Amino acid sequence: MGEREYDASSYAPPAEVEEMELPHPKGFFGKYVWSQDAKVIAVQYGLTATAIGLVALVLSLLMRLQLGFPNSLSLIDPGSYLQYVTMHGMIMVVYLLTAIFLGGFGNYLIPLMCGARDMVFPYLNMLSYWIYLASVLILVAGFFVAGGSTGAGWTLYPPQAISPGTPGVDTGIVLMLVSLAVFIVGFTMGGLNYVVTVLQARTRGMTLMRLPLTVWGIFMATVMALLAFPALFVAVLMMLMDRLIGTSFFMPEMLSMGESSDHRGGSPLLFQHLFWFFGHPEVYIVALPAFGIVSDLIATHARKNIFGYRMMVWAIIIIGALSFVVWAHHMYVSGMSPYFGFLFATTTLIIAVPTAIKVYNWVLTLWRGNIRLTLPMLFAIGFLFTFVNGGLSGLFLGNVTVDVPLSDTYFVVGHFHMVMAVAPILVIFGAIYHWYPKITGRMLDETLGKVHFWITFLGTYVIYYPMHFMGLEGVPRRYYAYGETTFISDSVQSLNAVITVAAFIVALAQLLFLFNLAWSYFRGREAGSNPWQATTLEWQTPHTPPRHGNFGKALPIVYRWPYDYSVPGVKQDFIPQNVPPEAVERESDTRRGGER
Amino acid sequence: MAIALIMLATGSVLFYFLSPWQLTPLASNWGAIDRTISISFWVTGVVFVAVTLFMVVALLRYRDRGQRRAHYEPENKRLELWLTAITTLGIAALLAPGLFVWGDFVRVPDDAHEVEVVGQQWHWSFRFPGEDGAFGAARNGLVDDANPYGLVADDPHGRDDILVETPRVLLPVDRPVKLILRSKDVLHNFKVAPFRAKMDAIPGQHTYFWFTPTRTGEFEAVCAELCGIAHFAMRARVEVVEPETFDDWLGEQPTFAELAGRQADPEAGAEQFATCVSCHGPRGGGRQENDAPRLAGLNSDYVARQLRNFRMGARGEREADRFGQQMRPFAISLEDQQVENLAAYIETLPVEPTPTTIIGDARRGKALYRSCANCHGAAGLGRTAFRAPRLAGMNDWYLVRQLQHFRAGIRGRHPRDAYGNQMVDMAQILVDDAAVRDVVAHINRLAEPAMAEGREPEE
Repeated sequence: MGEREYDASSYAPPAEVEEMELPHPKGFFGKYVWSQDAKVIAVQYGLTATAIGLVALVLSLLMRLQLGFPNSLSLIDPGSYLQYVTMHGMIMVVYLLTAIFLGGFGNYLIPLMCGARDMVFPYLNMLSYWIYLASVLILVAGFFVAGGSTGAGWTLYPPQAISPGTPGVDTGIVLMLVSLAVFIVGFTMGGLNYVVTVLQARTRGMTLMRLPLTVWGIFMATVMALLAFPALFVAVLMMLMDRLIGTSFFMPEMLSMGESSDHRGGSPLLFQHLFWFFGHPEVYIVALPAFGIVSDLIATHARKNIFGYRMMVWAIIIIGALSFVVWAHHMYVSGMSPYFGFLFATTTLIIAVPTAIKVYNWVLTLWRGNIRLTLPMLFAIGFLFTFVNGGLSGLFLGNVTVDVPLSDTYFVVGHFHMVMAVAPILVIFGAIYHWYPKITGRMLDETLGKVHFWITFLGTYVIYYPMHFMGLEGVPRRYYAYGETTFISDSVQSLNAVITVAAFIVALAQLLFLFNLAWSYFRGREAGSNPWQATTLEWQTPHTPPRHGNFGKALPIVYRWPYDYSVPGVKQDFIPQNVPPEAVERESDTRRGGER
Repeated sequence: MAIALIMLATGSVLFYFLSPWQLTPLASNWGAIDRTISISFWVTGVVFVAVTLFMVVALLRYRDRGQRRAHYEPENKRLELWLTAITTLGIAALLAPGLFVWGDFVRVPDDAHEVEVVGQQWHWSFRFPGEDGAFGAARNGLVDDANPYGLVADDPHGRDDILVETPRVLLPVDRPVKLILRSKDVLHNFKVAPFRAKMDAIPGQHTYFWFTPTRTGEFEAVCAELCGIAHFAMRARVEVVEPETFDDWLGEQPTFAELAGRQADPEAGAEQFATCVSCHGPRGGGRQENDAPRLAGLNSDYVARQLRNFRMGARGEREADRFGQQMRPFAISLEDQQVENLAAYIETLPVEPTPTTIIGDARRGKALYRSCANCHGAAGLGRTAFRAPRLAGMNDWYLVRQLQHFRAGIRGRHPRDAYGNQMVDMAQILVDDAAVRDVVAHINRLAEPAMAEGREPEE
């Protein structure tokens, strides 16, 4: 592949690309509030997602408090515990992870990495953020209405979600459903934008196979989200109708508070199929951007091309496609036809092959690299370790027979937090440490960052690894208290206390990170335009932070793939994508120049 | 970094071998499930260690020390193919045994006997098919207090169905059993950890799983699918016994026809009640000086259950419960039919106002009561379907004492007192005596409108 990159005949002839007529914003509000600049929108997404994520973090601490030290706060009763469970899960999965990867990193990186001036539809992009903000506010309103937010679990399974006996059945669940519907509307606007921008607005020479893996990951995740979210949208609307006007999409003939309800003929299982038809791709909607970003972090900081680029791209595509045919592995013990188990166990384990290939290629990229243990690299390695762990425990749960005793236990909690919470969050941190210098022009503080990394990485491992063993013993999840359950050994309580302490320490470490973000914004070391000596286009902008329009007068022209690190015979250990072959400084040139 | 990874990997592997938290001892035929779990542990364990060690070596050998450059190698088709092939093999090794076991899981043996498990917020009940070996049809829409299983009255198969309404079921050892699950309201999941198998119960359809209990003993069943606020307290007991014991027990359980024909006679109960008057008062109003609580207002279901509990030693069995112990001899003197008659009579007693003796913060109590309302009703009138007795208008000093007893496990810890078990769990939300008084102060307030109306207001 390296050879081909230097074949001059394969490029589009260099041509001057005029600066588009961008509506340059005026004034503070135009620049930072009603902004149509993808980079500003990205930061807005990021800050909103972080804020709501902190709420979810506090909720998780309240849960941990109850589990580790039962009944120490009379504020936490069985109902409010379930409300914390529900809101924590939904916020983290949808309003934090989905929003920050696609709305945050997608907005910031797609135009810059593709060599575009902005998203293709800037106005729609702005609208997408404000609608997202509205969905967050509707969600948060649930905390303040009578009866509180819904406590149905983030999976919102009917009939329970809209039946008395579940907290928030009056208003909380309605707000949750409306908020999700609004979120999906907002996301669809943003998502279409990302897809069209990647397909239509790449600069000259930026072929699909020269896109950084970050863009590939975000692109594929967005395509998936555009296909998966409608299933949730439909489910949400149907449940709203069941709740508000008494239809029976998901509600069968049943009792409600001991009395016969008016519902007839609905199917609770139908909701589960719709939910997981969205829910499983959702896992990869979060994971694929993380996969992409971490590939770029590893390549840049190991000064080595990503190993098997084409295989990595195909793995992303195959994982994306396969993830639509595995959803029912969340439903092995749901009471669906057990014969589905054969099909879904097989598809689920097949998806492990492309995923394993990605892991191999990451570690093979490290092999014979020149590894700089920078903060982004630390987080990338933390991700690798955590992801391997969480991925392997997924092989237990995907294998239908093994899943039967482990489902609905803490094994599941441990697994999905490893693979879908800690692993992507470590990537988000790594990515922030990596791109913060581009976004603000300043470096984040290294010492604070290291403390933050080690506490987060080791702490989360202490939290989640032992949970697998609690699950092995059969400890059920979503339990407010365990009382005198005979098959649960007494030591589980001590273990829960240890986990709770670890959770509080990890949570405190996040304050350090927030402090670092704020402090470095004013006092951080000046970064320069390309502090990591990276090849991709966002580091080649004329201004740091990049201004509206990104690339100044002329758009860059791309001559090579994004991983020309440590190319033999070249003087520097990286060649930016927009450096034409004739401008590459070769070792022989310098020798001729007599510098050595 | 490398050191940390080594320590984590070693720690993880050691944790696997040394962890005190392992699979519960198996009590069913599903040893094959345990074997697939071990295979998974070994295969994934090897991969985990290999990948981690590879990273560690890479980190040690290829760290940037400012002297060398990274190797340039975009692809290596052979290596990638090999890795893909090996991974595929490993995955197949995990999947194949699992699928074979699943084949057994799906196919129920012909000689399995059938037991229906019915889930309901927040308790379990059971049904056996009776002599004809077939279950009668049932529908949730037919469920009421007189027909808790919702059986279709004119289905002949249903007449001999044996109904086990308490959340305690016996199963014969070494005989395959097919559990057929359904739910009256929301999703539930019947899980007994040592049996390994489990399945959701769904309203409006039947689900199933099967297993063979392989050793005798008592096992706890829990609900493993979120079903509302008392999800964590939804338990049952499964006792695996010798076939003879099982047959005897099953013979004692009533059939649908017997239950329908069973009539309690309140007038006969009135005669029995003469004994109760000396402590509980002539109209069952309760007497604090005798530590005898009000009975008037309680429904027959609750009274009968408590009398049976006293009789079998599931209540009042602890020394700390002095007044409960006093109650036991009276209950023991009663026969089955007398218990039913007496309970039916008590249900007819008029509810009169009780004096307030407890002072507490009713506002705080109101917040605490939210959890209670799910079973006992927002107005505190109790709900038979939830086996929850009336609270409003009962003696407040008695409520305080019982709540304290539940909190301390003096009442409700007995394995046969299933609903008492639930109250032990729920009472933990009252973190101190003040909380107990607060919630009772709120219940006192409920009594006022409840007295006037005599029925539960719209929520």
